[in-house]
Amino acid sequence: MRVRFLYTEDCPSHDEALQRLRGVLDEEHVNADIEIVRVDTFEEAEKEHYPGSPTILIDGRDISPIPDSRYAPACRAYVLEDGRISPLPSISMIQKAVRAAKGNLKSSS
Amino acid sequence: MTMLKIGDPAIPFNLPGVDGTKHDLNEYSGKSAVAVIFSCNHCPYVRAWEDRMVQIQADYASKGVQLVAINANDSAKYPDDSFPKMKERASEKHFNFPYLRDESQGVARAYGAERTPEVFLFDKTGTLRYHGSIDDNYDDPTKVKTKYLRNALDAVLSGTMPPTAETKPVGCTVKWK
Repeated sequence: MRVRFLYTEDCPSHDEALQRLRGVLDEEHVNADIEIVRVDTFEEAEKEHYPGSPTILIDGRDISPIPDSRYAPACRAYVLEDGRISPLPSISMIQKAVRAAKGNLKSSS
Repeated sequence: MTMLKIGDPAIPFNLPGVDGTKHDLNEYSGKSAVAVIFSCNHCPYVRAWEDRMVQIQADYASKGVQLVAINANDSAKYPDDSFPKMKERASEKHFNFPYLRDESQGVARAYGAERTPEVFLFDKTGTLRYHGSIDDNYDDPTKVKTKYLRNALDAVLSGTMPPTAETKPVGCTVKWK
């Protein structure tokens, strides 16, 4: 499983988001290195197709894809399960994505 | 770096609002307190807090309190922060306070705003009494432990000093041109 964590330094939620990601990988017994990528410029955002901070990619897939997103070194909004907006993905969002990727791994082996 | 310090007078402004009129700080001189909140459309921290902003205005309006939100972000780089989008957001979220556009970013610079949302609360004399965050939990309103702005408003309205005069504003950086 390939795990990438992209963030912008100016957005305060990235530490908490990375902690949540690490916690989920631990609980799911996923032994994967997290590639941590800092994105601070529009050029870097375009190159990474980066919709904002924090972005978590599991096997290349955004855990909460935003259709037609603009790319910018800014904070992104997550729509939580209860409809609230948050600067952070919920733990359950991360879990869902990791479990789906685990499922893909099992079915392809 | 904040230009305004606790105890400083409010800095005047005259800015266009989403209601189609210009808003001058002077028009709020009769209010018992004015909370100038640097805000915007795109920032998820603002979006997480804006229902609470609306509720605070609703709860304190009868006590003569006025919230005023100001968006100074560069809308060329962040198109979601454009004036037309501000009008849409104000309508969608039923903003019960003015939402003003600081196109030149002069007001934001004068105040020393760095984040969105960032609160500058002035008492009836126009003196800064509280600066910082709305409360201590951007993520979950049910888990708020300290309601900084509400506590500061209660103190200012009763003529006392807020229990906490300054907190670190938490949110997106103001998007400078």
